[in-house]
Amino acid sequence: MPPAKPKVTKTRLSNGLTVLLKEVHTAPLISFWLWYRVGSRNELPGQTGISHWVEHMMFKGTRRYPGEVAERAIARDGGIYNAMTWIDWTAYFETMPADKIDFALRMEAERMGRALFPPKEVASERTVIISERQGRENSPSFRLAEEVQAAAFRVHSYHHEVIGDMADLETMTRDDLYGHYRQYYAPNNAIAVVVGDFKTGEMLARIKTLFGGYRPKARPARRPRPEPEQKGERRVTLGGEGETAYLEVVYHVPNAAHPDFYPLVALDSILAGATALNMFGGGTSNKSSRLYRALVETGLAASVSGGLSPTLDPFLYSIFCTVRQGQTPAAVEQALDVEIERIRQEPVSAQELAKAVKQARALFAYGAESVTNQGYWLGHTELFDTYRWFDSYLDRLGAVAPADVQRVAQRYLPRTNRTVGHFVPEARANGAGSPPPAAAGDEDLA
Amino acid sequence: MPTTKTKRPARLPFNPQSLPGPETITRRELSNGIVALIYENNTSPSVVVDADLRAGSLWESRAQAGLAGFATAALMRGTERNTFSEIYEAIESVGASLGMSGGTHTSGFYGKSLAEDLSLLLGLAADALRQPTFPADQVERLRGELLTRLGIRANNTRARAEEAFYEAAYPGHPYAVDEDGYPETIQAITRDDLAAFHRRHFGPRGMILTVVGAVRASEVLELVERCFGDWANPQQPPEPALPPVMPPPAAVVRRVVLPGKIQSDVVLGAPGPARRHPQFLAARLANNILGVFGMGGRIGYHVREKGGMAYYAATALDGGLGPGPWRAYAGVNPKNVDKAVDLMRREIRKFTTRKVTAEELEDNKANFLGRLPFGLETNEGLAGNVGSLELYQLGLDYLQRYPSMIQAITRDEIQAVAREFLSADNYVLAVAGPE
Repeated sequence: MPPAKPKVTKTRLSNGLTVLLKEVHTAPLISFWLWYRVGSRNELPGQTGISHWVEHMMFKGTRRYPGEVAERAIARDGGIYNAMTWIDWTAYFETMPADKIDFALRMEAERMGRALFPPKEVASERTVIISERQGRENSPSFRLAEEVQAAAFRVHSYHHEVIGDMADLETMTRDDLYGHYRQYYAPNNAIAVVVGDFKTGEMLARIKTLFGGYRPKARPARRPRPEPEQKGERRVTLGGEGETAYLEVVYHVPNAAHPDFYPLVALDSILAGATALNMFGGGTSNKSSRLYRALVETGLAASVSGGLSPTLDPFLYSIFCTVRQGQTPAAVEQALDVEIERIRQEPVSAQELAKAVKQARALFAYGAESVTNQGYWLGHTELFDTYRWFDSYLDRLGAVAPADVQRVAQRYLPRTNRTVGHFVPEARANGAGSPPPAAAGDEDLA
Repeated sequence: MPTTKTKRPARLPFNPQSLPGPETITRRELSNGIVALIYENNTSPSVVVDADLRAGSLWESRAQAGLAGFATAALMRGTERNTFSEIYEAIESVGASLGMSGGTHTSGFYGKSLAEDLSLLLGLAADALRQPTFPADQVERLRGELLTRLGIRANNTRARAEEAFYEAAYPGHPYAVDEDGYPETIQAITRDDLAAFHRRHFGPRGMILTVVGAVRASEVLELVERCFGDWANPQQPPEPALPPVMPPPAAVVRRVVLPGKIQSDVVLGAPGPARRHPQFLAARLANNILGVFGMGGRIGYHVREKGGMAYYAATALDGGLGPGPWRAYAGVNPKNVDKAVDLMRREIRKFTTRKVTAEELEDNKANFLGRLPFGLETNEGLAGNVGSLELYQLGLDYLQRYPSMIQAITRDEIQAVAREFLSADNYVLAVAGPE
């Protein structure tokens, strides 16, 4: 049987750095995560994409740890080394053999305050990031999601994609980037997480030594501007190349710390299948979900997925459909409306709720297999609420009643609270020709 | 790539004898030919099952391209015991997953569940493999989904570049044919074709079933025996002989134009060594140096880090049961395609004419040895590794021998295997993009 659940030690250093430590001794590995409370949420027009670009610049290194040297040192030890930027946060992690993790700690401590941002590297990274954006623009589903999100948020900075707008990627300067870094990279704006094969006392002492020298910084005064309540449906129609149509529908929903988030997790599971909250680990299919039955089994869509993300500020519940050849986004939307109305009018069954809880329990077990995923979860939950969010998740999901699901469906899924997006291929819109020949590859349906 | 002067030999961060091996992997051959491999891992209350069967697109004709994949995907659309809805209700109700997928040399299934639900998972997999009914309405629905997927792929630059690369690198070979088929072949395949393909090609001979997780080997063996022990298919044909694969005779260039795209995908390379090639590990280490180590090895360094031309630029070596490709790839702005290709060729030329440095070799050996525990951390990783010991006939003690085999690879061997398969002048280049 699995070992008893290890405990988490949470400490706050005098300079404000939050430290979460969890010993896991099943493999000689340690995962170290450093989270900063900065993401596209903190960006203004003119500097969209700056948090993500700063993340890229961190890989160019410091005087003591030049980029290639750090990369080589970690690769030599077989470590996993990466970073990611999202709407609410920027996170860096290294998972390494236990006896090698000290390098990661030292390097992250350096990067917190001593990254260099050489102008030459800024210039070369500009085109890398533009290439990253253009690669995503190649996919119609990205273009649709970007338009829909922008339409859903008129005021709040969730308006723009994490990657940023091309106009800003072309014009931001080295000083803009460095200023953003100096403003947000501070111990009191960060969370350090270590999961794996170490002793808590020793690890804490090491983190104090390495990170304790940084002084806290004043938090930026500006707060993201709240999105006003949406009072009517918004619609976006996009044309483009290819032969595949897509439909996306998004609703404003509360943030993760809000009590309604749990009934929404249950609602998402019942409508569109359990969304895996793991960054690393398994998921499940959604072929027994209500929307799969209503949209895919009826031959209207080729796939459907739901997306509910735990966030700091109220974000979106999204439903994304790949329209089946020969069908239209409008037909899929009509069938979707019927299901949304049904979950608003009739309580879900106890059996459907029990299934949602069991699914969540299984997905948790999968996520616990790797120390990297556990580090991800502790830091992520601490960032948008507290790490205890993770511990109590299954219990709180288990406490959701059918009436709760119906209440949140009525509260958050009216048409007036949604934005609908259609992607219609131009070839089809013009009634033109036959599709090009098929190809190999690995892109998923959605 | 800049390096520091310090040099230390690769040191093992673990004892090789502690890795999965004959002492800890339970291997049992059933009387019908199925080989079951079980590895107990109690770090989380979950289990993974991973199976390979000797059926795939190698056994289909060009006129019916996609038949094997279509048939495999249809196995779970209904069985003599359960409807499609019942199958997925059972799987998803317990948060499990189970999927069947077709390939070229093999097809198979992959599933994951809480350990307590393993018998459900294996029971459903056995039903799907042994007693599928291919209900007509389900076949039509699946056909529509496959055609939609082909439509998406037809419009994807990466997929189109890969397709063009395979066509040019494997002329007259089954690898030149897309295993997902083409709209006209998927349209033409009938329900009876699927049933016939299944009847003839799916059977226990050569099947490998790997189970890893919080389970007891003895209980799993009983379960496997119960689910698959009496399965037989006397007509199951052997693998067809593959025609020989030749290196490209010159620079072979294919361009695919996809109007409306913003970025181009580039693939450059040639057929590579199969997994059983005696120098396969040397090739894998060479590939790591050329285009994987750190952020994409030498090619990543020059195309991405120094050139600023791409978000991704790397190389890949497929190996496998047959001679899969060895190639460099990158996504670049259309105006940078020629520059990126020049850089790739320059690095391949350097790689094939000059030996790697002793330092690079040590770094990459250390990387291979250091990352071994990561591949063995999760049930997925363990299942993949344990299963391939059997699939490629590497021996149950392969993982334990692996560190010393890696440490024995020399600079000469790296250069020799690179020269055998890669060339800066004779290669296949495929580009898909807006112009």
